[in-house]
Amino acid sequence: MPELTDITIDKEIDARGSFCPGPLMELIRGMKALPVGGVLAVLSSDPGSAKDIPAWIQKAKHEYIGAFPEQGYTRFVARKAH
Amino acid sequence: MPQHVLIVGGGVGGTIVANLLARSLHRDEIEITLIDSTGKHAYMPGWLYMPFNHMSADDDQLIRPERGLLNHHVNLVTGEVQKIDTQNRELRVRHSAGLGEIVGTGGASEAVYPYDYLVLATGARLEPSDLPGLVEGEGKWHHFYSAEASLRLREALHSFEGGRIVITVGGIPYRCPPAPLEFTFLLDEWLRKQGLRDRTEMHYLYPLPRVFPIETVAEVATPLLEERNVNYTIFFNTEAVDTERKIISSMEGEEFPYDLLVLVPPHRGAKVIEASGLGDEQGWLPTDRATLEVKGQQHIYALGDATDLPVSKSGSAAHFEAKVVAHRLIAEIHGEQPANGEATYDGEVMCFLETGQSRATQLVFNYEHPPHPPRPSLYYHMEKQLFNRAYWHLVPQGLV
Repeated sequence: MPELTDITIDKEIDARGSFCPGPLMELIRGMKALPVGGVLAVLSSDPGSAKDIPAWIQKAKHEYIGAFPEQGYTRFVARKAH
Repeated sequence: MPQHVLIVGGGVGGTIVANLLARSLHRDEIEITLIDSTGKHAYMPGWLYMPFNHMSADDDQLIRPERGLLNHHVNLVTGEVQKIDTQNRELRVRHSAGLGEIVGTGGASEAVYPYDYLVLATGARLEPSDLPGLVEGEGKWHHFYSAEASLRLREALHSFEGGRIVITVGGIPYRCPPAPLEFTFLLDEWLRKQGLRDRTEMHYLYPLPRVFPIETVAEVATPLLEERNVNYTIFFNTEAVDTERKIISSMEGEEFPYDLLVLVPPHRGAKVIEASGLGDEQGWLPTDRATLEVKGQQHIYALGDATDLPVSKSGSAAHFEAKVVAHRLIAEIHGEQPANGEATYDGEVMCFLETGQSRATQLVFNYEHPPHPPRPSLYYHMEKQLFNRAYWHLVPQGLV
């Protein structure tokens, strides 16, 4: 996994404290609006994101860059592939 | 001099704020004007029941004049807000009806309304053009997110003789997250009663890795779908609809054919929010999650579907938020610091989920605590049915 400082993030969405609709929905919404090749970060405090977000990125065939733990939340980073 | 409070939107949130302010503040202190484009108040949860004849279009449980729900100290203007000018603190409004009754405008078709405080309860709008195929195929797909659409869906179901029904959402976020599941359960029940269930394949498609955004709710709903023989596919984010070939396709590369498509249309914030440059790329207002102030603005609050908050777009969220906004405005107008508890929104939402067969469950949650829905029962179904009736007497008035 690359260092966070090596990545240029084009858009960051703060989805902390979100159960409904939740961080994955914010990520999908963000991905849709992003140009191909763009990098999206989503901040989540939901433990379910660690499973949901990589699973969706794999299913939708985008590029998963990684999960970067912060104090009380995680920053999930992905690149739009198509 | 009284302070002018303008409230845009006569849905549940705007109406409660208006009534709470009118009851709590003296007329010397405040002049309250609510601007609504229709002058009518819709009980949107009722649309879900219309395709199954549980509520009819002429039922006064579905729509009533806004005037009758407002405290008589609240001025009601029926008109479309064209522009929100935050620099000069004024709104440009095009009046739509009852010009002679509009106070202080001389019956002009357009007028400017200055404000000291502004409450934006402008709601969400349906925007089918956000999903390829919907505009071209108008009339060839269905939804239940307006009274008219629910009636058309009712007609389509009444002439349906069997085949595959696909139920899904056209985009996120959308109002009332449980609604597609509720519709699926009610449809299953209705098809069984009509003797059509054996000839119908039901398929529920959902964008997330489960059938509902919240895991604890999905755990209750998934076995119910299986029990009722409803197929479901997760990770299906609708990308396009081909109404000629009757095929729906996803961002993830899957396609499903259908005979009848029920799809929640894509949603956006109100046009005036976009036209005034106040919203994000989907027209939602950037809103402080605790104080409900519009970020970067002074004396402007947002609530309900209009916000970008990470809570469900629902009448319930608007209901709880309205009390916070009213509380803060009263404190501000009195020149006091708002008291902590009542003046802070903690993400509270309370709603029901109809599971068909005269049963329902209840979801209660906030920013920090997910819901733990009880086993679906007749009790919650009856409570919801009672709420559908009691709404008109308790909620818009701000009595509960």
